[in-house]
Order: sequence, then C-alpha cells, then structure tokens
Amino acid sequence: MENRAALISYLPVGYPTVEASIEAMVATAGGGVDVVEIGVPYSDPGMDGPTIQQAVDVAVRAGVGMRDVLRAVEGVAESGAVPVVMSYWNPIERYGVDRFARDLAAAGGAGAITPDLIPDEASEWIAAADRADLDRVFLVAPSSTDVRLAMTASACRGFVYAASTMGVTGARAEVSSVAPALVARVRAISGLPVAVGLGVSTGAQAAEVAGYADAVIVGSAFVRALLDGRDPAAGARAVQSLAAELAVGVRQRS
Amino acid sequence: MSAPSRTDNGVDAGNGVEVPGRFGPYGGRYVPEALVAALDELDEAYRSARADLGFREALWALQRDYSGRPTPVTEAKRLSQYAGGARILLKREDLNHTGSHKINNVLGQSLLTQRIGKSRVIAETGAGQHGVATATAAALMGLSCTVYMGEEDTRRQALNVARMRLLGAEVIPVTTGSRTLKDAINEAFRDWVTNVETTNYVFGTVAGPHPFPTMVRDFQRVIGDEAREQVLERFGRLPDAVVACVGGGSNAIGIFTAFLGDDEVRLLGLEAGGDGIETGRHAATLTSGLPGVLHGARSYLLQDENGQTIESHSISAGLDYPGVGPEHAYLRDTARASYLPVTDAEAMKAFELLSRTEGIIPAIESAHALAGALVLGRELGPDALILVNLSGRGDKDVATASEYFDLAEQTEAERDLAERAPEEQ
Ligand SMILES: Cc1ncc(COP(=O)(O)O)c(C=O)c1O
Repeated sequence: MENRAALISYLPVGYPTVEASIEAMVATAGGGVDVVEIGVPYSDPGMDGPTIQQAVDVAVRAGVGMRDVLRAVEGVAESGAVPVVMSYWNPIERYGVDRFARDLAAAGGAGAITPDLIPDEASEWIAAADRADLDRVFLVAPSSTDVRLAMTASACRGFVYAASTMGVTGARAEVSSVAPALVARVRAISGLPVAVGLGVSTGAQAAEVAGYADAVIVGSAFVRALLDGRDPAAGARAVQSLAAELAVGVRQRS
Repeated sequence: MSAPSRTDNGVDAGNGVEVPGRFGPYGGRYVPEALVAALDELDEAYRSARADLGFREALWALQRDYSGRPTPVTEAKRLSQYAGGARILLKREDLNHTGSHKINNVLGQSLLTQRIGKSRVIAETGAGQHGVATATAAALMGLSCTVYMGEEDTRRQALNVARMRLLGAEVIPVTTGSRTLKDAINEAFRDWVTNVETTNYVFGTVAGPHPFPTMVRDFQRVIGDEAREQVLERFGRLPDAVVACVGGGSNAIGIFTAFLGDDEVRLLGLEAGGDGIETGRHAATLTSGLPGVLHGARSYLLQDENGQTIESHSISAGLDYPGVGPEHAYLRDTARASYLPVTDAEAMKAFELLSRTEGIIPAIESAHALAGALVLGRELGPDALILVNLSGRGDKDVATASEYFDLAEQTEAERDLAERAPEEQ
C-alpha cells in the first residue's frame, strides 16, 4: 500500500435507480476510490442533511431493500473496491441481524457502519459480525468523552469513523477545525485506522484531511454530483471525475 | 397534597423496570454518538434536579400558580347515558394553561434547561400543543425557541402556528418525508446535534432516547397522582378503569403511572384508528405495528418489510405518529395495559357528544379516549367508574371539526343540487 490516506465514497443504493446507483459506485472506484460505503435507504435518516435525504427519499419511495443493497455489494466487490455497508439500525434489525451479517459476508462485503447504533446497544450486532468475520465500524464525535472514545474504539473492527463536526452530513465550505484533535485523541488510545467524514467535497479539502487522517470519507458531494447529472450516464461520469479529483487530493496531503 | 411527592419518584415505576431507560426489551438509546454527551448531561441534570427540593418546589409553584394545577375531576353526568350508564369522570387537563397536558412536561424541561445553563430550546410538534406549551415556557423563562412542525400539520393546526409566533417562537415547517410529526422529530434531532452547546431539546412525549421516556413520564405523572387522590376522596374507591388516548403516550403514561400498582384498575389506551385498521390508513402502532427502532428507542412502530417507517394517518394531528413510547410497548406485552384503535369517525362522534352533553369541546386527541370510554362503559355497566384523561381542549380543532361536520351536511345538499340541475353549477 502506498503511504497515503485511503479514499472512501458514500452513495445510497437506489438513487436514481438501483442499477444506476451501482454503476455510480463502480464509477467512483474507477476514479480511484478505495472503499465504497454502500448506503441502505432509510425513511428517517436522522444524521443526514438535505442532499442525502433527497436522494434517499427517492430510493425509499421506490421500495429499495436489503436485497438490492446486497447486489450493490457484489457489484462493488467485482470492481475491485472494498464494499462496506452503511445502515441505520432498523433496516438491519428488520432483515434479521444474523441473516444480514451472513448475507453481507457472502456477497463480499467487508463490514458495516452503523451511524445510530452505539456500542452500548450493539451486543447482538457485534456477536453476529464476529461470527461472519465482518468489520463493524462505530462513530466517534467531537463531543465523545475519553471514556466513550476508548469504549467505542475498542468495539470497532476495521476502522474508526470520526464524525468531524457536530452536525449532519452535507458539503461545507470549510472542513472542521476540531477534526484533527479528534483524530489525535483516537490515535492515542487505538491502533485502528481513523477515517474522517462529514463535510469534505473538494480535492483540496481531501488533501487537508489526508494530512492527519488515515482515510477521507466523501458522501454528499458524490450524491450532489448524481443529483445534478442530466441523466444516469452523465451522473456516473460526474462522480468518476469527482473521485479522480479527490484521489489526487489524498495523494497530496496538504 | 404536598408539593415534593409530585415529582419525587424513582426510575422504577412500580412495574419492575430497573435498568434506567429500559422497559423490558424496549427503550434504550439508538442515537448518533454525537448526541450521547447531551443525553448524558440531561440525564444527570434531571437526576440531580429530582433530588433537589428547591427544584421540585419551583416546578410545583409554576404548576400551581402559572398552569392552574391541580386540575379538577368533572363527572360527565349527561354523557353517562351514552356509556351504558357507567359513571364517566374527566380529568380536566384541558383546563391547564395553553390547553393541554403538554405544559406539565414543558415546565419541568424548561426549568432543567435553565439549570444546565442553555439559552435556547427546540421542540417538535404535531397538533401544535407541545409547540405552544414550549413557546409559552420559553417566553416565561426568557429562552429563545424554535419549533419544528410538519408542513402538513402547519396547515391543519394553523391557529397553533399563529399562537407560537405570537409567543415569540420561530416555527419551521418541515417539508421532508411525510411532512408530519415524525419528520419534525428528525429535523429537531438534526438541529440538536448541530447546536447542542447552546440548545436543549424539549421532547414532547414519552418516546425518544433515554432519558426522555422516563423524564417525561415523571413530569406527567402528576396527572394520575392527583386524579387517584381526587377519585378516592370523592368516590371512596378507585376507578374500575383509567382511559387515555395514545399518540407518543405521554398523557396516557401520565395518568396510568399512579395506578400501575392497583391491579384491579384496568388501564386502556386508545390509538388513532384513522380510516380503520383494515384500510392501512391509521396510526395504531401498538395494535398493528412491530417491534423495532425509531427516533432513538426500541418500541413498536409502523414499518414495512424493509424496516422503513410507514406514514401514519389520523384526523388528529397529535396522534398521527407511527411510533409509541417504549413503556407502553412494555405495558402492552405484559398485558398490564391494553390498547385499542378508535377510528376518525368514532372519535368525531365522541367529540360532538361531549360538546353537546357537557359543554366541553375536547381536543380531537382526547375524543379518542372518550370514544373508548363509551364502549367500555357499555361493557362494564352502570356501577362502573371510568376515569378518562381529557388531555386537551378543542379550540385548536374548531376548523377541522367544522369542516368535518359541514362536509357531512353539505354532501347531501350538494347531491340534491347535482341531481336537480348539474348544468347550473
Ligand atoms: C391534547 C392532546 N392529547 C394527546 C396528545 C398526544 O400525545 P401523547 O400521546 O404524548 O399524550 C396530544 C399531542 O399533541 C395533544 O395535543
């Protein structure tokens, strides 16, 4: 592995359609993304800002479900990028926790990120992920106490997701100034890689974050590129060129 | 009735629940990590406030001198004939300042906001009653206030939007998702996570992540504590049944809690049956939902096979919610309380009946409880004593009701017209 930060893209399954969303995910991989966060559409995405809500709403209304998500996992795995699922808890619970873990592993998924599941409530998921040999990624936030930071990091496998700001997803003009301190706090107590998300949208911002984190997560900017695309093919081209710009960014490390 | 005992109760509500925030398998905290610190702060502040005599006295003084507690129990004598002769007792939460039980909880949480040194409160609202109560307490205590309300609800409860704005609150219509209460709650959580340094979230019901279900219950249990004493004093015995409507469940828990240990007292919650359970257009979560996670807690919810929340439907904005508080899920599973649906039509009939027999226009939410009490009365007979939580008054619903009843009358007139001379219209 080169000595650089990894690049992680997020896109929800089912926007604008299941097929087109999988093509867009594969396009981000083609543009240089290392890991694709495959979003499970959810009706009540409490951590997401307007951009992701808008796309996810379309997918929810179309009835996109876990079967479609697993197809996306397979598609991303074939492209060579690492597929990781991102899901609010209720869709996983409804599908069946063990069944989800087994099916995700069988589809080639590396693990799952659970934004509204804290380790305090996660014993069933942790056990299921262990049985299926999956990574489980929990979030830490600037407001996390030292005790919670240590507890959360030790419950993670794969990497730790550092939410860079107190807030919801969405592109921001400036990347948070509290993120470096949060990453340093995680580094002090954990050997796992630390990925930083929330707010990154440009190559320059990616370079900045790559300067102190092990991975850079970009979500809303990819979704925005898809939303603005004239048609799915244009959307896929736009996400691919954004991925390429960001991939240059993570190699620069400002 | 002495002040301190009103809010002085443990986490254990007498139902064997011991883990803070857990009601059997329900409750808990399913939230982004970013909110955990704020929830912990609130939980600690609440525990210390509850143990603080000064806080309890300040709260009781507000409830008495500002809100008008204790609220009376009124016997609905003329209504009784429609309830098989059973005696119907109304706990008059409609007489609270701002017109519903919501103020009980809001005064407590607003005092807590001051105690933790925050200057801004946010709230979600469906019918607007919780929003109005929060805007009122914010005005009283000099806090700035933002209320999230589904765009659809801002239309059906326009009067309450105007009231909140008069009180100095900012009302933000929520245009995402189903544009009702559930989406307003999502927006309020998003605001909270972004502005948590200055802002406290005054949650309006016994749902949501810990400590809300416990804390809101404790602030609402004054309803049942008072009513139990009042009924014992006046009638020399406990009621046979205690009846309340259930949206998120705060007025129901508020009146049930004092009776949880009285095994002979039946507890009945009425959910919004909307157009009827069989139509799928309803908000009867405990009747036809499944366990799962919504808005930070495990409880029953209306959900589809993918775990997506199903949009609820009710003529009553305050009951139009696809989730329910976790303690109700527990009371349902343990059969300590039972829950039944009441359709829009049944509720509106009870609404009209109470208005005409007792001169009390109830909130449409509370009319669901009345409809349930009428059926139960016919079942229990003339010796029965049924205590109903009249959770709010119907001023906010006058537009909805006049539309509802006028429509019924106009349909016939219109049909006549249409038959006679369609071309003249
Ligand atoms: C008068 C009245 N009753 C009941 C409710 C339902 O809430 P809960 O179930 O929390 O009491 C509302 C909510 O707006 C209300 O305004």
